[in-house]
Amino acid sequence: MVDNSRTFNIVLHSVLMLLAAFCLVPFLLLFSSSFASEASLLKHGYSFFPREISFSAYNYLFGSSSSSILRSYGITILVTVIGTSVNLALTVLLAYPLSRRDLPNRNVFAFIIFFTMLFNGGLVPTYIMYTQLFHIKNTLFALIVPQFMLSAFYVIMMRTYFTSNIPMEIIEAAKIDGAHEYRILWQVVLPMSMPILATVGLMVGLMYWNDWTNGLYYLTDPKLFSIQNVLNRMLRDAQFLSTMGSNSGQLSTAVKNLPSTSLKMAVAVIGALPILVIYPFFQRFFVKGITVGAVKG
Amino acid sequence: MSTKPPSLEHKPKKKRKEHFIALYIMMIPGLLYLLINNYIPMAGLIIAFKKVNFEVGILKSPLIGFKNFEYLFKTKDAWIITRNTIGYNALFIVLGTAMAITVAILLNEVAGKKMKSFYQGIFLLPFLISIVVVAYLVFAFLSTDVGFINNLREMSGQKPIQWYTTQKYWPFILTLVNQWKSFGYMSIIYFATLVGIDRTYYEAAVVDGANRWQQITSITLPLLKPTIITLVLLAIGRIFYSDFGLFYQVPMGSGPLIPVTNTIDTYVYRGLMQLGNLGMASASGFYQSIVGFVLVLSANWVVSRISKEHALF
Repeated sequence: MVDNSRTFNIVLHSVLMLLAAFCLVPFLLLFSSSFASEASLLKHGYSFFPREISFSAYNYLFGSSSSSILRSYGITILVTVIGTSVNLALTVLLAYPLSRRDLPNRNVFAFIIFFTMLFNGGLVPTYIMYTQLFHIKNTLFALIVPQFMLSAFYVIMMRTYFTSNIPMEIIEAAKIDGAHEYRILWQVVLPMSMPILATVGLMVGLMYWNDWTNGLYYLTDPKLFSIQNVLNRMLRDAQFLSTMGSNSGQLSTAVKNLPSTSLKMAVAVIGALPILVIYPFFQRFFVKGITVGAVKG
Repeated sequence: MSTKPPSLEHKPKKKRKEHFIALYIMMIPGLLYLLINNYIPMAGLIIAFKKVNFEVGILKSPLIGFKNFEYLFKTKDAWIITRNTIGYNALFIVLGTAMAITVAILLNEVAGKKMKSFYQGIFLLPFLISIVVVAYLVFAFLSTDVGFINNLREMSGQKPIQWYTTQKYWPFILTLVNQWKSFGYMSIIYFATLVGIDRTYYEAAVVDGANRWQQITSITLPLLKPTIITLVLLAIGRIFYSDFGLFYQVPMGSGPLIPVTNTIDTYVYRGLMQLGNLGMASASGFYQSIVGFVLVLSANWVVSRISKEHALF
């Protein structure tokens, strides 16, 4: 019996380790290729063990073109911070009244919110409205406002949290003490809701950080590109980074020496790195964000 | 039963109303956003029946009935994008569910919390990365000149493969990438259900002499059944929506691959942004919204027949 369970454990862990390798191997190829010299890449291609180590791709990124990369990084950070904060504020302000059982007509409002999960107008009307009516093309609003500023899914998730974790008695008691609704929300409800705020905030932040679609639809000016938009353009046009900075798009002499093969991988590393770095510290919130309300929308 | 404090009962009615007004005011920003971001575009679906002329504006553009749809369904595209969208999604649902359940069961067998969360952490990693970065990862393997796979083939004396122009590989590549990116996410959802299963069932089964396989087939799977049914049906409800990033980024917009990589979402995008064919784009978008809506409603109806508590509404 003991032997049997030992073999079982060996098989079990071998299978899981294999799966883990399946997840990690592509990242290894990406990292090691970004540190390979251009000449060795052109000769031998991308590989897991670079034949000649070189930092030329990173030197290029943080050297001559650093201003454009840093700029797009700054835009990503700005958009993620503003977008996530606004989203959390809107979500809380919508979820809290809905969690109040005494609110008249709350089912009507719940339905208005829920219906957006079932039916949508799709890209064409959305695009025309945002560009023709609100003129957000080539503004910073384009990266923040469309699609992600509020999601019915997280409103419902937060409402469920409020209903099941904040006892009505506490709210009643605060009311008797003469607290206004806004004060109750700010000083009673929110301090008790940190886990759900962290979970939703992290998921929304991830959504903003990784988004490239808004930039694809609404931006043509590279000065406003987020890091994901730069990545999107560079995938098809390795020279994009060198033309991005200059106004006329003229090809400078630097382009000839562009380590474009390793550069591609280095830019991808830079785009993914922040998430890979913070992830281990926030893993449990991510897992929670997925499991809480995953089945019950 | 807690009785209400008498002071509250005697408060003037106006005071109570004011409380609710504050709550209604709180909801205004969020509802306004939904009106703009969600409800106006729903009304905007009407442009599928119009010949849009931006000079006179959307509202004054003439209605042309089903003309846009006639054009769309006369082309071969309508069939191809429907086939690709449903075909890939069906494949993803079947494979993804099988893979996620298997991994969840394996994770559940691991002793020790630390090891469990270690595996979970790694499996979830691909899910957190933007699909643009994923396209780079795929490119590192498949690039014709410098890709890792052609590099290997060359070393063993084989001819390089033109991955980005050969259609026959792509159903396999896209399925593999989809599984790589999403199996961790899906398995965590199933795993969360497994954690909730009462351990005493298994203890009783062991006493009765059941081996691990028997425990899985006669305890774990039957208890997972409601979750499986719900998640599969909800996925079927979304079968008309494809993962735009996967189909747009990973094949890198390669022209020769379009017959096997074009879905409704990439078709709408290309029609709108690259080809400037607003009529076709809006007609296919309308087609997706309406059929998608009907499918969500039907899937939910079926779920609610099977187990009421798992239905969305």
